[in-house]
Amino acid sequence: MAAIEMKNIVKKYGDGFPAVNDVSIDVADGEFMILVGPSGCGKSTLLRMIVGLEDITSGDMIIGGNRVNDLAPRDRNLSMVFQNYALYPHLTVYENIAFPLRLAKMSNKEIDEKVRDASKTLDLDEHLQRKPGNLSGGQRQRVAMGRAIVREAKAFLFDEPLSNLDAKLRGQMRTEIARLQKRLGITTVYVTHDQTEAMTLGDRVAVMKRGVLQQLASPRELYEQPVNLFVAGFIGSPPMNFLPATVEGDQVTLPFGTFSIPSAKAEKTAGKGLLMAGIRPEHFEDVSVIQSGNVDTSRTFRAHIDVREWLGDQQYAYVPYEAEAEVQAQLKELAREADSDSLRTQLVVSLDSDSKVTEDDDATLFIDTDKMHLFDPSTGENLTVGL
Amino acid sequence: MQTDVKSKIGTALGVAVILAWCLLPVVWIISLSFKSQAAVTNGSPGFFPSDGGGAGWQNYKDVLHNGQFKHAIVNSIGISLIATLLSVIIATLAAYAIARLEFKGKKFVLTTALVIAMFPVVSLVGPLFDMWRTFHLYDTWLGLIIPYMSFTLPLAIWTLSAFFREIPWEMEQAAQVDGATAWQAFRKVIVPLAAPGVFTAAILTFFFAWNDFVFGISLTSTERARPIPAALSFFVGQDPFNRPASLLAAGAVVATVPIVVLVLFFQRKIVAGLTAGAVKG
Amino acid sequence: MSTTYIQNAAPEQSPAVDSDRSRAENSLARKLVAPALVLMLLVTAFPMLRALYLSMFDYSLTAPDDKEFVGFQNYVTALTDWLFWRDTFTTVFIMIVTVAFELVIGFAFAMVMHKVIFARGVIRTSILIPYGVITVVSGFAWQFAFSYQNGFVNSWLPFIDTDFNWFAERNSSLIAIMASEIWKTTPFMSLLLLAGLAQVSNDMLEAARVDGATWWQRLYKVILPNMRAAIMVAVLFRALDAYRIFDNIFVMTAGANKTESISFLTYRQVIEQFQLGIGSALSVLLFLSVLVIAFLIVKLFKVDLADARQEN
Repeated sequence: MAAIEMKNIVKKYGDGFPAVNDVSIDVADGEFMILVGPSGCGKSTLLRMIVGLEDITSGDMIIGGNRVNDLAPRDRNLSMVFQNYALYPHLTVYENIAFPLRLAKMSNKEIDEKVRDASKTLDLDEHLQRKPGNLSGGQRQRVAMGRAIVREAKAFLFDEPLSNLDAKLRGQMRTEIARLQKRLGITTVYVTHDQTEAMTLGDRVAVMKRGVLQQLASPRELYEQPVNLFVAGFIGSPPMNFLPATVEGDQVTLPFGTFSIPSAKAEKTAGKGLLMAGIRPEHFEDVSVIQSGNVDTSRTFRAHIDVREWLGDQQYAYVPYEAEAEVQAQLKELAREADSDSLRTQLVVSLDSDSKVTEDDDATLFIDTDKMHLFDPSTGENLTVGL
Repeated sequence: MQTDVKSKIGTALGVAVILAWCLLPVVWIISLSFKSQAAVTNGSPGFFPSDGGGAGWQNYKDVLHNGQFKHAIVNSIGISLIATLLSVIIATLAAYAIARLEFKGKKFVLTTALVIAMFPVVSLVGPLFDMWRTFHLYDTWLGLIIPYMSFTLPLAIWTLSAFFREIPWEMEQAAQVDGATAWQAFRKVIVPLAAPGVFTAAILTFFFAWNDFVFGISLTSTERARPIPAALSFFVGQDPFNRPASLLAAGAVVATVPIVVLVLFFQRKIVAGLTAGAVKG
Repeated sequence: MSTTYIQNAAPEQSPAVDSDRSRAENSLARKLVAPALVLMLLVTAFPMLRALYLSMFDYSLTAPDDKEFVGFQNYVTALTDWLFWRDTFTTVFIMIVTVAFELVIGFAFAMVMHKVIFARGVIRTSILIPYGVITVVSGFAWQFAFSYQNGFVNSWLPFIDTDFNWFAERNSSLIAIMASEIWKTTPFMSLLLLAGLAQVSNDMLEAARVDGATWWQRLYKVILPNMRAAIMVAVLFRALDAYRIFDNIFVMTAGANKTESISFLTYRQVIEQFQLGIGSALSVLLFLSVLVIAFLIVKLFKVDLADARQEN
């Protein structure tokens, strides 16, 4: 087991385009690190540089205190689970798991012991003599994991290991991976584009965009204190709402009205012209279901509910609004960067499941401006981070 | 449903036509090989041997006791097998490089292979005839093995690189991460996975060598190296209008048996190889 | 604070150099490819250059000492000789007719094979038999089949006298030759087309059906456009193969009755008459004409080999 240090890692391809640009990440011994970002952000390239399948253009890759830039993959003693599992179709499950041990020229007895141990951990005992072609997706995934854990590698690397499974199985395997990692306590780097996996599995999460590291923090911090518009929009589902905003004094003006905000936030943002306000769906509520009774009326507004989705434990309501072309264009760009699509400017609010709002009707909503972030629309920077 | 029945009948008819197409000439030549020499000389039109015109196994006995023919069989088998073995080994190396490695000149190799696959072999016969006589390769096994290899390499490389390309990259990378050297990854992962492809290429190469006629008649002069197709055409004189038809037919059947056996056993692989080479590539 | 935020770090300007890995890959690849390349060129490029050289001489093996440089005289002789043009015409005629028949029949076969569920193995095995049969044997079989003395064709075909001699004149001889050629190579064609047919997705055909397309419309508007690459590659390969026709002619008529192909003419000059000078000129012309035909087919039908190989 070992820590992995990446120092100013750069990867450039033949055309000079930097797929990974000056990324520095320290993965502590035993830590579960997630690399997340939209497709083409360089997360897989970075992982492949750790394992040695891609050359490093510049920077230092240090594993367990040794610089490994020039080592071949087999000399790095890491184990990896590939997106398509990369099981050897001509070998049985047993031999697939035993493969790295056989290459290391271990004795048959030792190999058998380790393989049986791994297969027991992963509940593969009854499949050992089958060929991978006859296994289900979930079973193949477990065999790939078996091949990774059977060897005492310095670290585990996962390249989108769950993306080929259906939703239900993905949930189960996610928990399984988390449990296994906790038990083995081994340094793990896990690449995914799925922010749910990122939030649930990682000790820390590195969010990347176009080869550049955006934010490296714990899942909670990413969610509550995103450093820029991209991270704010990428993390969370449904995503954070972005609204054009101007701050005067301690009042913020949004398309739905003017509300008071905490003075600390107001101080940093007052008089800066047009800003981008970010507020998550759950920071709205239907006033009629708020129990406490003392609703701050300066933070309520009337809104026209267009569509409502009732999910049982909560419900989403959609409130369309008009925005200037410039704001619309920026929202579109933000959505595109996060691999999604925005068709219209609308507010998504998450309401209590008891709320009786109806579609195509008006409702009075509460907005929790304490939790609101304000971003500089030109740099994307969060002006209220930590407040 | 009526259309369903119609389409079923249509398909069945189609199958019958295909079977007739493929098998009729073969049955015909077998039937011919059982006609007696006398009947053929006097003329015996008709598909099957006429009454009293049958020869039983006589033609086969005559063919198999013919020294020329026996030599030709040995030559064909020997030359085709050696050419196949060498060609497949060389093609495997080249195809691996083409499918798996990035290198300058890849396009040149592919273009060369393509041009050679389309090459009019007859246009080489003259200069090769001249060269082989200078190098004392004329009328030797090696003199045929070399051109057979050259002309089967494009097909073999084409087929094999298609197979190699279908093996996921990740497989090799996983082996490397698991601690394998490049050679170990090739031997323990790639070779076993490519085995069916290598086998297909071998069969196609063998077909080509066995079928060749141009080199066979041009680069040999005696039974030292003359392969079956050439031997059949020189069997008894060169007058194409007055041949001992039934004897030739028996020889032709004998020469066809090895191929039919290969086809029967390896039908699936041959189809995969042919189509992979030309369509999917 | 454990938060790191890097804003648009300026990309470092360093030229992309070949890494050790890519250099090693290059040299390994060259070593692997070299034997194949050398062997392919040894038997083609080198003799071809030699043919170019020899074609400049009046050179006959029957009188090797009278070798004399004549420049392009051999080419002039060949190109002004009606024999060359007659044989070229014969070859092109055979090429067009056989490929056309093979394409139509091969496509019909492919459609049948695509639909068949039962006895797939039997059909595929049978269809490979003509492919496996030596061309010379196919030539014999068809020659004897068309023979009025010992064949069955005359008695099976209506409107044909039982003593009609197919090999007595040009047109009927060519029909016999093309019958053998078509018989042997149609199965190959049908297998190529079958592979192309398999790539036309069933969903697409069902969608076309739902959209109201008839059987013919589905064939013309959905199946054929989607098989274009497969068809073109099959036509290209078969056409070039047909242009080289030699074995069948050698066996069935030996070029009698003006059934000579351009390959046969070349062969006769070189091997039978030992005229290496003019023979080499013919060899060069034959090679050039194959290139021209390949070029024409590729340009005319816009065959994209890379597309067919699914490389892009």
